[in-house]
Amino acid sequence: MIKLADIIKHPLRELQSDVDEAESPVRYVVLRRKIFALMAAATLIPLLAMGALNYYEHQTTMAREIQNPLRVLVNKTKNSFELFLTERSSTVSLIASAYTYQELADEKKLARIFSVMKKEFKGFVDLGLIDDSGTQVNYVGPYALKGKNYAEQRWFQEVRLKGKYVSDVFMGFRKFPHVIVAVQHMTEDGRTWILRATLDTHQFERIIASMSLEPDADAFLVNAQGILQTSSNNYGKVLEKMSFPMPPQTYEPAVLTMVDPLGREVYLAYAYFPEANFALVAVKPRGSVLKTWYTVRGDLLFIFALGVLAVFVAAYRVTNVLIGRMKESEERREMALRQVEHSQKLSSIGRLAAGVAHEINNPLAIINEKAGLMKDIMAREQDFPAKARIDGQVESILRAVERCRGITHRMLGFARRMDVSIEDLDVGEIIKETAGFLSNEAMHRKVDVRLEIDPELPRINSDRSQLQQVFLNLFNNALAAVADGGRILATAREVGDNVEISVRDNGCGMSDETLKHIFEPFFTTKKGKGTGLGLSITYGIIKRLGGDIAVESEQGVGTTLTITLPKGQREALA
Amino acid sequence: MNAKDWKILLVDDEREFITTLAERLELRGIPARVAFDGESALEAIAAEEPHVVILDVLMPGIKGLEVLERVKRTNPLVQVLLLTGHGSTRDGIEGMRLGAYDYMMKPLNIDTLIEKMESAIDYAKKAAALPGKSDG
Repeated sequence: MIKLADIIKHPLRELQSDVDEAESPVRYVVLRRKIFALMAAATLIPLLAMGALNYYEHQTTMAREIQNPLRVLVNKTKNSFELFLTERSSTVSLIASAYTYQELADEKKLARIFSVMKKEFKGFVDLGLIDDSGTQVNYVGPYALKGKNYAEQRWFQEVRLKGKYVSDVFMGFRKFPHVIVAVQHMTEDGRTWILRATLDTHQFERIIASMSLEPDADAFLVNAQGILQTSSNNYGKVLEKMSFPMPPQTYEPAVLTMVDPLGREVYLAYAYFPEANFALVAVKPRGSVLKTWYTVRGDLLFIFALGVLAVFVAAYRVTNVLIGRMKESEERREMALRQVEHSQKLSSIGRLAAGVAHEINNPLAIINEKAGLMKDIMAREQDFPAKARIDGQVESILRAVERCRGITHRMLGFARRMDVSIEDLDVGEIIKETAGFLSNEAMHRKVDVRLEIDPELPRINSDRSQLQQVFLNLFNNALAAVADGGRILATAREVGDNVEISVRDNGCGMSDETLKHIFEPFFTTKKGKGTGLGLSITYGIIKRLGGDIAVESEQGVGTTLTITLPKGQREALA
Repeated sequence: MNAKDWKILLVDDEREFITTLAERLELRGIPARVAFDGESALEAIAAEEPHVVILDVLMPGIKGLEVLERVKRTNPLVQVLLLTGHGSTRDGIEGMRLGAYDYMMKPLNIDTLIEKMESAIDYAKKAAALPGKSDG
């Protein structure tokens, strides 16, 4: 495995060293892996970082957006509770202050006061006057509590101490949840008495219902000891112990996340009442709250996965293209090298062949001349017994020389084939120059040699001396074919991707039989004329240069040889 | 012009070859002098102004093509037939560019050689008659 850090630190050095050291195609596998990893890393790391950041930011924002309204709602509801309780205790306080003990002890009057209270403020169940000994001296309400003594009860002690008291919810004598609001009043003469009202907790339920929470959410009032003051949907009935511990006490409303006893992840929003012993708690399961977030997260993950996939596909493709290009260029380079090597090899073989042919040609020329001289001498001699035999020997020497000549010429032809050098050249100029070589003979024989070369003729890539040889051959052939005072016309023009050169003469023409053999090696109709290179060599050269040669001829009318040469160099010339 | 009035100079460092060739030409009534290197060839040309020079391309000392170039400068009417033992026509083509009348490859066919000499002499005669076109 490649270490990402290494790649990031020295990507190119690593690639370079691999290229130098490894062997192909292992090298390409390694190279491909590295390029791919590098590209994937370069694109995936930012994508990953962005994705993670986005995820985190989004989550935080979503959480804040969910928690804030919950906190506000809890705070508002807490305020409603406080307002409710303050209002009730103030009412009781007001009545205690507004009426005298005697008035309040009057049953009729108290009943009237209570009926007004009930009309103005909901939730009052009863109203009682208790003297400082703890005896309820007057009572209005559904129960027969007149004369009951509360001196031993805790709330009585507390109201005597603090002057005002709001109780926890409790069942008391009445067997339904209620809250006591008690106010102690002191007359100017120092007497104290207590006015005590009971509130039913339906009002609490109503305030909580006004929060309009979702069905799976929950809200309830709880006292500092964790005893539920209103019923909860999930965490216990009224006056039961709440099924999870109280959250830490805070002055401000707060939101926590936790796992509730039902095993759900929930937001727990709560607010402690500064005045009373209560806390308002609201519980909202995170699942339902975060539904939007989960959708967004799903989309985010999907897009991220798509991005990663796209990165991989793109990296793969780009790597493929890159590796392909590299391979291609390397193959091309290797091919070119091999070609150069090959042509060098061939050209040294060619040089060797030329050298051998040359070395043999000189002694062969001596043998040829010596045998020729022998033949000449024998022709001048009188008959003698061995003359015929000697003549025969000389003839066979001359035939052997002729055979050797054929061999060396073939070798030289081979050498020439090996000796191709391509350059950018002007065909028209070569034609003109080559035609110039023959102007002596043409002038001498009054042959009209005309050149029609397109001035717009494009330059081509080819071998100058080989083309010269070809044109020399064509002109020689044409000159040999025409009678004195004949006509030769050479044209050169562009035809498509080729340059077309034709040499036309109005000479003797050729028979169909001759035409059939015209490109065969050593086929000739003109003994001793020309340079010793037949049309077969011309044909070979033109083929090697990627061109073509065609001949049209009619006996007694003339011959046209047409050569087409590609503008660019096509094939390797091996 | 009769063949025995031709003035022919044969130049080649292959002595056996060139002397035998000279002998064969003389048997045919064509007088031929020989030179074995470029220097003596140039001297002979300057002294005798032959009609045709048969000149080997590859020689030690002054090379054939250089001899050709000098001859064409000093005696433009002297026709030169190049001899090459080499396969490359490059020398031949280069020679023709420098003004050689033609070129032939060894081993020679003596009849072809005589034909070419004749046509060269013919050409030289006509060229001499045409002023300003003397060097082809």
